[in-house]
Amino acid sequence: MKKAITMDSRDNVATALTGLQPGDEVEVISTAREVTQTVKVNDPLPLGHKIALADIRSGADVVKYGAKIGRASKDICTGDYVHIHNVTSDRMPLTENMLGHS
Amino acid sequence: MEFMGYERPDGKVGVRNTVLVIAVCDCGEPAAQQMVKGIEGAVAVTQYHGCIAIETVPTLVGVAVNPNIYGTVLVPMGCEGLRAQPIADAIAESGKPVEIVDIQAIGSTRGAIAKGRDIVQRMVSKAAKQQRKPFDIGKLAVAVKCGGSDTTSGIAANPAIGIMSDMMVDAGARVVMIEPIEAIGAEEELANRAVNDKVREDILHWVGDEEKRWTVPGAGVDFMCGGNVKGGLTTLEEKSLGAVHKSGHRPISGVLQATTDRVDRLPEQGGFYLMGGIHIELQAMTYQAAAGANIIVFATGRGGSFGHAIAPIVKVTGHPETWARMGEDMDVNASTIMEGTESIESVGKRIFDEVLAVASGKITKGEELGFYNFNVWRHDPRLEVLLGMEGGDKK
Repeated sequence: MKKAITMDSRDNVATALTGLQPGDEVEVISTAREVTQTVKVNDPLPLGHKIALADIRSGADVVKYGAKIGRASKDICTGDYVHIHNVTSDRMPLTENMLGHS
Repeated sequence: MEFMGYERPDGKVGVRNTVLVIAVCDCGEPAAQQMVKGIEGAVAVTQYHGCIAIETVPTLVGVAVNPNIYGTVLVPMGCEGLRAQPIADAIAESGKPVEIVDIQAIGSTRGAIAKGRDIVQRMVSKAAKQQRKPFDIGKLAVAVKCGGSDTTSGIAANPAIGIMSDMMVDAGARVVMIEPIEAIGAEEELANRAVNDKVREDILHWVGDEEKRWTVPGAGVDFMCGGNVKGGLTTLEEKSLGAVHKSGHRPISGVLQATTDRVDRLPEQGGFYLMGGIHIELQAMTYQAAAGANIIVFATGRGGSFGHAIAPIVKVTGHPETWARMGEDMDVNASTIMEGTESIESVGKRIFDEVLAVASGKITKGEELGFYNFNVWRHDPRLEVLLGMEGGDKK
């Protein structure tokens, strides 16, 4: 089964260890390789990108490494792709230049 | 827990027994290189900022005093503003051998090379007679650094190195992380680990001062790039938290300064330390070596083919393709985390074991290739003053 990893038990997103497709069932593992839950994927996402493990309301914290990495800029559902289209930084907004190569 | 190292007159312990030749300014570098050519156990380095770069002196003294170095030969051209004698005096405080070969005073480049080679040969012969002895791991100092990062760095190599850092601190060793710029956005996480309020303040200054240096109006730099976003990093916080993950989880015992007029050395006491300076790989590693680090543990996603003149580098990659393709450069495979076949804790333990083996003499991939890179960062004293950081990071 395809896998995604959480870095801390408080995380509400997991990082995909392989590319994912809508409809995939993904096993979420901890850093100790224990399976903590399975999630059904809603959107395609590449390796290294994040998937929501719970519903995250607009304005709520997005948590990875047990710490806040940003805020949801719209409502996010369990299984959604989580990236710059639905998360904003409190620390430093992305500039055009930072997006230049993507 | 013990490793087999070389004892120095000042009580410190090295993991290598290198004779170091320093061309005090870059004009003397070719002569210095000739002094070590073909002599195993000797390396020649220089700082690349010209003959008045007095801001590099604390770094040059620091690397010569690093316990991996048996003895030092200073090679001044003779006319530089950066004088060799005070550097030699500062190095001599460690009790280790230090000599000066002044090219203009000798009056012949070939004569200076011959004299230098003679001294180097003599030091290398003496060094070769020294035997490794067992020492407590408390004598070991490990630096952590990352570069050539990709999406695997923050979830595989850096977290596994963080486990190694924790294991080192728990065993009584010292661990030091540099690159304050990488902590912008993760400063609270680090500050919360401070052993006391003073260190907490120092950590916030450590990040804040570096942010000031890189956000001068009209000359700012981006802290994230398109490649980061493409690789899956959404915010600066996420990028920074991944980078600082190699620091592990233990309390932070102190913040060392590396500024225009000082480079702090690691205290004797075990624990986890932060260090100011720079994030650019080789210059950062030189600062860490100047602070006394014996071994550098380096996380990379993309790979990297280099070594360091002062401290061996243990390279760790979390990327399966990098491990498969650049295996001749990589020391530890952390890509098993990406494949879901090994826990981060287990990889961290393997890194710990590798560092101890290298401390006792195991040759790293960079050493196998005979790579001994060296570069020095120079804080611009004018910028420091303009930013209100005269003499360095103001408290």
